[in-house]
Amino acid sequence: MTARDQALSARVAQAWDVLRGVLDPEVPAISVTDLGIVRDVVEHDDGLEVLVTPTYSGCPATEVIEQAIADALAAAGLGRVRVTQRRAPAWTTDWITPQGRENLRAYGIAPPGACAGAAAPGKDAANVQPIRLMARDVACPRCGSARTERLSAFGSTACKSLYRCIECREPFEHFKPI
Amino acid sequence: MDTAFAPLPTTASASNAAASTTTGSIVCEPTPQQAYLMRIADSCLIHAQRLAEWSGHAPILEEDIALTNLALDLLGQARALLTHVGRQTGFDEDQLAFLRDERDFRNFTLVELPGRRAGRDFADAVLRNFLLSAWMNVLWGKLEQSGDAEVAAIAGKAVKESRYHVAHAADWVPRLGDGSEESARRMRQAVARLWPYTEELFETDAVDTAAAEAGLGPMRAALRVDWRAIVEPVFADAGLQVPAAGAFRSTGSRGVHSEHMGYLLAEMQTLQRSFPGGQW
Repeated sequence: MTARDQALSARVAQAWDVLRGVLDPEVPAISVTDLGIVRDVVEHDDGLEVLVTPTYSGCPATEVIEQAIADALAAAGLGRVRVTQRRAPAWTTDWITPQGRENLRAYGIAPPGACAGAAAPGKDAANVQPIRLMARDVACPRCGSARTERLSAFGSTACKSLYRCIECREPFEHFKPI
Repeated sequence: MDTAFAPLPTTASASNAAASTTTGSIVCEPTPQQAYLMRIADSCLIHAQRLAEWSGHAPILEEDIALTNLALDLLGQARALLTHVGRQTGFDEDQLAFLRDERDFRNFTLVELPGRRAGRDFADAVLRNFLLSAWMNVLWGKLEQSGDAEVAAIAGKAVKESRYHVAHAADWVPRLGDGSEESARRMRQAVARLWPYTEELFETDAVDTAAAEAGLGPMRAALRVDWRAIVEPVFADAGLQVPAAGAFRSTGSRGVHSEHMGYLLAEMQTLQRSFPGGQW
């Protein structure tokens, strides 16, 4: 590895460090890296390129997040930065890191369960009942009880639904598996 | 008073520069393949507009949130497709959404039919949402295999969102159809009103043929079997009869719209028409 290559990879590593501190504006408990939307940081001759996969098609935070990423990297003196959207493969909540899940729970949002199996197209298609999609085992992020009920399939942002804990009576949000 | 009338805005040519400096309409002459994508994008966009009319008016708060959440997803899907088509036609997604004339929109007539404001029922909103989201779900599933990588990527995201849409809508149809006597009566009326418009979702024309031949996406007719497989069990659950096919054919996907479309566009487009290029 030449000195130039080392300098370049150091810059990419530094960019990742900065990105770990950039929070989702809608859910300011989780960073963009823990959310799993930063897919790659690439060094080009004319600057860094950050590849970001959007969470939901209509998520209004997408552009704010891209701007926050560009601003944070610029503030860290990492030179020219461009943020590019990478749509495929589509983002899934399975990409949220264990740390991200713990942060969500501590913030009062029940993290999503695994969705890799359920999302497989054509899987057991004959038995798929679209009516039965709601998550069954959502534990209360405050008291940990599994006795919870869904209040609303949709919530304050595209990525969440509303629940209530039957044990401690606290309402809470659930990050939908997708 | 010799200043009463401002000059009419110039009719824009298909050039970007003209479109960005005038309140006039853009003229977009898409290829059959671009028209295929605009048909999907426009159906998402206009359905989103109709769903958004329920904001602050749905019968319960949870449903208010749900309908606007669905609208947001649909708006995002429309935007992604219009941006993609726009790159090929020289317009951006805002120009395509807000500066096209009625005849240049290719959405199905079903999505433009009046919602809350014309005395239509919540049952109509529920039913349309179900019929449409089931259709979109089948379509997105097939578009994941599109030969156009960007379309396949958009579909890969949208198909997951549409699963939530179908689940939500399919939850409501039996609730109303198999609910009280009154809710069942209204649901039956909604079926009688809306079902004739579903035939358009499965017609075949030159646009479908071109898209299928190019490997861009399926013909509409190829979606019918899978769509019925979603619709029929839910109708059965709800105690609703699937009506027989009639002779009526709506023509929105060819740009010939119902009398409701002009009013919808007037409201949807007014901001960009009044403040061309306005952003926030």
